[in-house]
Amino acid sequence: MCVAVPGKVIEVNPADNTCIVEVFGVTRRINTIMVGEVELGEYLIAHTGFAIEKLDLEEAMIRLKLWEEILSYADPGQVS
Amino acid sequence: MQILDRFRDPVVGRALLVKVTEQAKEVAERLGRRSVFMEVCGTHTVAISKAGLRSLLSEYIDLRSGPGCPVCVTDYGDIDRMVAFARTPGVTLGTFGDMIRVPGSFASLEKEMAAGADVRIFYSPADAVEYARTHPDRHVVFLGVGFETTAPGIALSILQAKAQGVTNFSVLTSHKLVPPAMHAILADPELRLDGFILPGHATAIVGRNAFQFVADQYNLPAVVTGFETTDILDCLHNLLDQLFQGQVRVDNGYSRVVKDEGNVRAQALMEQLFEVADVSWRGFGVIPASGMVIRPEFADFNAEKRFTVNIPEPRIPKGCRCGDLLKGKINPHECRLFGTACTPVNPIGPCMVSSEGACAAYYQYDRRGQ
Repeated sequence: MCVAVPGKVIEVNPADNTCIVEVFGVTRRINTIMVGEVELGEYLIAHTGFAIEKLDLEEAMIRLKLWEEILSYADPGQVS
Repeated sequence: MQILDRFRDPVVGRALLVKVTEQAKEVAERLGRRSVFMEVCGTHTVAISKAGLRSLLSEYIDLRSGPGCPVCVTDYGDIDRMVAFARTPGVTLGTFGDMIRVPGSFASLEKEMAAGADVRIFYSPADAVEYARTHPDRHVVFLGVGFETTAPGIALSILQAKAQGVTNFSVLTSHKLVPPAMHAILADPELRLDGFILPGHATAIVGRNAFQFVADQYNLPAVVTGFETTDILDCLHNLLDQLFQGQVRVDNGYSRVVKDEGNVRAQALMEQLFEVADVSWRGFGVIPASGMVIRPEFADFNAEKRFTVNIPEPRIPKGCRCGDLLKGKINPHECRLFGTACTPVNPIGPCMVSSEGACAAYYQYDRRGQ
């Protein structure tokens, strides 16, 4: 039930605190009151018609870089 | 989305799996047993089983499912109450789809639909408010089921109904809080855990700090994580590392979404609409301060204040071990009904019904057992 998906903001409607997000080609209007002001191109975590948080792409990059460091000495061929 | 696609990169996933397998083996050798980690989120339960991690790592890690599926922990009495509302003349019962097939003592909402009750599935409680606005001849009772992830949206929908003057909308709450259930699990001397995989989206609302007690009070590591296979492997890497190094921290591996303090706007919405109450969990009984009920000042939107329904004493089906499963005491394979009398087509317990139930996930992805 706590399934929530990242959606890209493709239309902003500040007048009624909503925006339209696109998730894998599907669009849906969601409420943005819980995340404040949103901008086109931002990613929001959508759950039951509400944005519950913004997705921070810089933090995502930091995590990916960390994995690169962790895995720099792992051999992906060891598991078949 | 290119950055996010990299979280689904099979090359990264495979390399992380190698790393985690090596680590898990080392930890198992040191402990003289498998390490035991519990996930307390139904979405994690499904993600772990679907990715095959449970079976791939089973030699060294016991990945236990906890009370992470809000549908599954909804008690018989609460389902019976929902069924009673569905039977109430003039009521349209609105619900998320997950609840439809969950059995109560005597019926399910699906059976009530078949018998003619007006039960409707809504993607969002806001859609239910709109339905109520456009159907003034009906009273829409929406089922407020879910953890901290879902409760702020329900709160907001009540505020929307109030602002729009929609008086034929109310909520039957069965909201639950994750941390008190974890306290209940950790207080059980029978259960030996080595760490927690913390729910990414409930924690997005309450914040990482809300789970600091796992380290401070119970001396166990815990890691907040996302829902990609790589996220979960990263979380296991962290938990195993802490275990190996003898460290105890509550870390945030899902920092692209979760903050230490959580979403304060969402917390304020919950605070405005709900007050904390002792509520009953399937398998656990009543857990103190583990649920949310609508505050008296919003009583007009509280279905239980608008209608009186009578429900008989709940009846629990014989042989069903969903309760033990939700407490992490058994895996689905240890229930004698699993896969025989209890299947997704003919479910006996809620854990086989809900798409996020551990039994349904194990049946679909881990049926061969550990």
